[in-house]
Amino acid sequence: MARLLIDKDACTGCESCISACPFGALSMKEGIAAVDEKCTFCGACVDVCPVSAITLEKEEKAVTIDITAYKDVWIFIEHELGKIGSVSFELLGEGRKLADAIGCKLCGMLFGDKEAVDKFVKEAIAYGAEKVYVMESPVLKQYRTDSYAKAAVDLIRKYKPEIVLYGATTQGRDFAGTVATTIEAGLTADCTGLDIDPETKFLKQTRPAFGGNIMATILDYPNYRPQMSTVRPKVFAMPQRDDSRKGEIIRETLQMTEDQVRTKVLEFIKGTETVNLADAEIIVSGGRGVGGPEGFKPVRELAEVLGAAVGSSRAAVDSGWIPYEHQVGQTGRTVRPKIYIACGISGAIQHQAGMKTSDIIVAINKDPEAPIFKIAAFGIVGDLFTVVPMLTQEFKKRLGR
Amino acid sequence: MKIAVCIKQVPDTTDVKIDPKTNTLVREGVASITNPFDEYAVEEALLIKEKHGGEIHVISMGPPQAIEVLKNALAVGADKVYLVSDRAFAGADTLATAYTLSRTIQTIGDVDLVICGKQAIDGDTAQVGPGIATRLGIPQLTYVSKVKEIDFAKKRIVVERLLENGREIVESSLPALMTVVKDINEPRLPSLLGIKKAAKAQIPTLTAKDVGADENHIGLKGSPTWVMRVFSPEARGGSGEILKGELTEVVPLLVNKLMDTKFIK
Ligand SMILES: Cc1cc2nc3c(=O)[nH]c(=O)nc-3n(C[C@H](O)[C@H](O)[C@H](O)COP(=O)(O)OP(=O)(O)OC[C@H]3O[C@@H](n4cnc5c(N)ncnc54)[C@H](O)[C@@H]3O)c2cc1C
Ligand SMILES: Nc1ncnc2c1ncn2[C@@H]1O[C@H](COP(=O)(O)O)[C@@H](O)[C@H]1O
Repeated sequence: MARLLIDKDACTGCESCISACPFGALSMKEGIAAVDEKCTFCGACVDVCPVSAITLEKEEKAVTIDITAYKDVWIFIEHELGKIGSVSFELLGEGRKLADAIGCKLCGMLFGDKEAVDKFVKEAIAYGAEKVYVMESPVLKQYRTDSYAKAAVDLIRKYKPEIVLYGATTQGRDFAGTVATTIEAGLTADCTGLDIDPETKFLKQTRPAFGGNIMATILDYPNYRPQMSTVRPKVFAMPQRDDSRKGEIIRETLQMTEDQVRTKVLEFIKGTETVNLADAEIIVSGGRGVGGPEGFKPVRELAEVLGAAVGSSRAAVDSGWIPYEHQVGQTGRTVRPKIYIACGISGAIQHQAGMKTSDIIVAINKDPEAPIFKIAAFGIVGDLFTVVPMLTQEFKKRLGR
Repeated sequence: MKIAVCIKQVPDTTDVKIDPKTNTLVREGVASITNPFDEYAVEEALLIKEKHGGEIHVISMGPPQAIEVLKNALAVGADKVYLVSDRAFAGADTLATAYTLSRTIQTIGDVDLVICGKQAIDGDTAQVGPGIATRLGIPQLTYVSKVKEIDFAKKRIVVERLLENGREIVESSLPALMTVVKDINEPRLPSLLGIKKAAKAQIPTLTAKDVGADENHIGLKGSPTWVMRVFSPEARGGSGEILKGELTEVVPLLVNKLMDTKFIK
């Protein structure tokens, strides 16, 4: 068992460790730090202790593996309703950087029926995959946990990738957990940052925790491979498409028949996708400051002139002023538009989690102290019910609409 | 019929804040609550029981104070609750947690349906549900927003799953595991009688040995991932230009600046 050791003689009772603990596992007992069972051995306290009084004793792992057998960065190419999910392209872009940092190949992993495979393999290569591992079968036409997990597990076991990345979508998150459990590998959920440690060449996975209030960087122990993560859509930029790229295709046969799949999709009811936040170049969002459902009227009018999508904060959604599909943030959509205009939104950390990678953020808020101004490129302090209609008028004039 | 529900005690993250001076987490006064998604899981179990009968077994893995969330589950009507707690579980990541919970479900035995929340709000991983299903060798139905049909005799369940682009109606054999989203129901409040009963209840604690867990698969030892560093999210430094002056001047000025970007067509 691992242990956190506190050197009672060295501890000065400065309390730095107490506030550094994300789990509240440390407290003061008679002027000296003490640890309780909430400790998860994350080591945050070890780093902050000014007198190095805390040490972490970790036990050697039982399993040992030959990590040199594991090579290449793999991206799961997700598709639904006849289209590759844009997160897969973003991951090919980011995967390129990781593969270069390690000095290995960037590969795709693609499942589907013949039609899907023929179409998507070319796209995966055009976006940067040097090799694509393919399983083609009518059983893989539609996403189901059983068949997709089987395909991935068999490929991973045979070809031993070093890193496997999935989109943190309902599909990616559904079956990556199954794959990781089956092969007993680590899986870091919903990452927003990926890096290669220059020395060890290990993958550093950064993700928000506690509703976005803290960030954590997570590593896999070297006796577990591959290193796998699901990655949040829209955090990484789209790479360039280049149809002249060439790539190798490796085909394997799915060892599963239709009757072995334990779930059956009876029907798919398409959502009313009028809210295309994910692909919008411009988003105008309203928050609690709009005051009620009618308060979204000026927001919508501005969006209309700009050809923008309408977003919102959770406060507005929770108040029932606008449907959940519009919510931007930690528990809503992550967006990455060219321009994001926040009207009557304070800019809480959870809201920022979904929009701070926007190219240009504009804030309209009557409180000059609102945190949104700290991340905004431009801001106007004022009442949105005055400012927003004025903006709409001015844009109408300029754009001749 | 047995339904097992997994619930986790989490800090109320709405209260978790960063101290701007020290850049660390302020924990004072942060309440511990039942993971909100798990309240929907418990409620769904109660609704299924009301219609089809059966027994509800609620499990929580965590430190001794996690009995609080189990008392809440008893108060709303759970039949049996179990605290799964052992120093050897500390440091568990999702792989080790799912293993431990699956061992507990196997120890309870003959479970027809397992219900988890979509995700726990402290980590937001959504990995433990699929992990348990895989360990138990049963199908999983994630992001469930409605149970449309359930037939324990015929071992069949039909649910609606809430996905990005719409809703999927899926049929599965039982036993199965489902994870539930917020849309699924409205959790009830405990009755006074329920609270009284729960307050008096003795809550059994299961250790690693009690659930027959292999020490190589639990706690830090059974966890492939480790947290190397935690830090507060860096505030993105916008150029932060607050346009000052009369609105009749700053509005056209902002429009100019945005038109200059060429993003507006
Ligand atoms: C686990 C968790 C997940 C969360 N996920 C999300 C998420 O996905 N998305 C999200 O948005 N939030 C999320 N939140 C909630 C978040 O913490 C904030 O509570 C929320 O973003 C606040 O919304 P708001 O900015 O609209 O409201 P407020 O914080 O109340 O801000 C309203 C702002 O409007 C301004 N205002 C008022 N009237 C006017 C006016 N007439 N003209 C101009 N300005 C005006 C005020 O000055 C104020 O700054 C989450 C919280 C938790 C704990
Ligand atoms: N320690 C735990 N005890 C009981 N259930 C848990 C625990 N951790 C996770 N779960 C269950 O797994 C779900 C997903 O959790 P997570 O994968 O941590 O986001 C939760 O909603 C719970 O139903």
